[in-house]
Amino acid sequence: MHTFAELIIVLVILLDLALAVTGALSTCIRLVALQGVVAGLLPLLAGAGAPHTRAVLFAVVIITLKGAVFPRLLMRARDKSGARKDVEPLISYPASILLCLGAFIASSWLGSRLPLPQAEVAWIVPASLATIFTGFLLITTRSKAITQVLGYLVIENGIYIFGLALFVEQPMMVELAILLDVFVAVFVMGIAIFHISREFDHIDTAELSELNDWRRGEYGK
Amino acid sequence: MILSLMVLPLAAGIMAFIIRSDPARRTLLLWTARAHFLLTALIIYVYLHFGFVFSGEPAAAVWFDYDPLGLLFIGITSLLFLGASQYAVTYLAAEKRDPGEDADDGFIFNNAPEAVFTGCLLLFLSAMTAVTASRHMGLLWASVEATTLLSAPLIYFHRHKRSLEATWKYLLICSVGIALALMGNLFLGAAGLKTGAGLDLAGLLSNSGALDKPLLKAAFLFLFVGYGTKMGLSPFHTWLPDAHSEAPAVVSALLSGALLNCAFLGILRVNAVCSSAGLADFTGGILILFGLFSIVTAALFMLGQRDYKRLLAYSSIEHMGILALGIGLGGGAVFGAMLGALSHSLTKAGLFFTSGVVLAAEKTKRIADVRGLWRRAPRTAVLWLAGFFLITGTPPSGIFLAKFIILKEAVALKHYWLAGSYLLFLAILFAGMASVFISMTFGEHEAKPGEKPFAEPSGMLVPAAVFFACVIFAGLYIPGWLAGLLQGAAANISGKL
Repeated sequence: MHTFAELIIVLVILLDLALAVTGALSTCIRLVALQGVVAGLLPLLAGAGAPHTRAVLFAVVIITLKGAVFPRLLMRARDKSGARKDVEPLISYPASILLCLGAFIASSWLGSRLPLPQAEVAWIVPASLATIFTGFLLITTRSKAITQVLGYLVIENGIYIFGLALFVEQPMMVELAILLDVFVAVFVMGIAIFHISREFDHIDTAELSELNDWRRGEYGK
Repeated sequence: MILSLMVLPLAAGIMAFIIRSDPARRTLLLWTARAHFLLTALIIYVYLHFGFVFSGEPAAAVWFDYDPLGLLFIGITSLLFLGASQYAVTYLAAEKRDPGEDADDGFIFNNAPEAVFTGCLLLFLSAMTAVTASRHMGLLWASVEATTLLSAPLIYFHRHKRSLEATWKYLLICSVGIALALMGNLFLGAAGLKTGAGLDLAGLLSNSGALDKPLLKAAFLFLFVGYGTKMGLSPFHTWLPDAHSEAPAVVSALLSGALLNCAFLGILRVNAVCSSAGLADFTGGILILFGLFSIVTAALFMLGQRDYKRLLAYSSIEHMGILALGIGLGGGAVFGAMLGALSHSLTKAGLFFTSGVVLAAEKTKRIADVRGLWRRAPRTAVLWLAGFFLITGTPPSGIFLAKFIILKEAVALKHYWLAGSYLLFLAILFAGMASVFISMTFGEHEAKPGEKPFAEPSGMLVPAAVFFACVIFAGLYIPGWLAGLLQGAAANISGKL
């Protein structure tokens, strides 16, 4: 029963590595969407026996949101912004992938030390921690506003997988509230990206650096 | 009853998006705030006199219910919003007449539609109400994240580059921070998995002895970093000065006075669980460390600060540090921290309100360009100076009492180094703020070319004056019911159900 789920975990890790080296923005958006779908499938396969109706319904909602709605929103933001079509990393791709691999080794070590309630799912933890780290990598080392949203979504995927590893069952109402929040977050960030591209003529967050305590130029006379 | 407290601003917020007429929308804002305040006052009154809360459906009480801690924070939030709505009505009318112009960078900008602003303001109140009433850590998380998303459009009311930058930083830093708090929630759930404690506070607190300690520690760390980001504890505070300086004054007041408290509540809830599980030393150490670090950071960044709204923002970081320190010390200091939360919220909101009037009078946020305020706007100048004395903890301010109680506890626990550095940095903060406020208030006013006489808008000054009066009152005499509420809140923080 676990072989499928194990395959999926391997897929999640491979997607992390792919995200670290992908240059095209549209491919990045698709990779994150795919990871979301894969993560959404995981709970249906990880448990023993047939999944509950509730779990199936919930998985459907997650997969629709992460696999269809989010990528469409982000693609729209990308087209509207008229920005360059690559992610413009601040560090080289080999450096990114080395960091990602390092994170995976660290998460494996951390995962083995974590006192988990169920030992049989211990193999999920390294994957989720590595995914969270990849999300942080995307936020910090890519200069576009869209890639920062993608990083946020990857972190969210990682946390979702982590929740499965810990077997924490949240009530339906809370799960839905969390999903609604993530949805609105992506929506609001999408609007913000649109405004950034209109105001600055690009969506490079390196330009968002006017506010600080020791201002240069005009304001800091 | 509790549900109506949340549904009222929610419904009004949705209506605000639909209503076309500006005056009607402003009236709606004003009356919703008043109704919300009355309802809150009624709930607090009933709780204090009869010892229970009308939670309506017993089934709903698992999700939403009030204890003294929640009541204290909803009381602060509702009172602040009452003042803010009064201020906003005058402010919005003035903004309509006078289109936006940034005197510092010399560009013209538009404002966001007023319907969006008012609507988000009301929805923001609804989300904050949900935070204070949440009895379930998952729901608390969702409500805190909702406050971030609903307040982001408020920061971007003045549509220009700087406010957009501030909004983006706020959205991203807080969302990622809160995502870490979600991890913390998962750890918390895992800690209680064997005992079936769930994530509701009642379950966690009544099973606290059986919780898995290492997982509980991990949960606290993640929740602390997550909510600490939102609360503005250093070194996770980087979004805060930007957002506070670029948002309209009324939004800065709500962010500083109400929103930071809501995030703080998240930390207090998990702290209660940890304390009752016997981890008070562990959580206390972390709270003291980051509390003191926040005070130090604020002191360093305040010296040489050029923007008076950023100065106020750093003062908020300082006070969040003081609150964390008070909770970390435990014992009597917790009561001090609660009094500090109340006094800081009112004082800081009043100061931000006043800063909005200063900005309207001088059209600049640069400290060096504001001189002789008392000649140009005498009533504003009096409030500005009064606010300075109250916020730095000059007696008879409630903040003085709070700071003093915390100091006393630090000395009583023989943390002499801590007490010494606490005093040292408070003195630096006082000196740093004093030079700014005195130079702005006094000094020779240089009339700029084409400067018209400034009519001080009473609607924007009265809320600040009332808040300041409340803080002075709290410093002189704490009425019995308020003391009861503060003590109840302190008991909740140390793990009483």
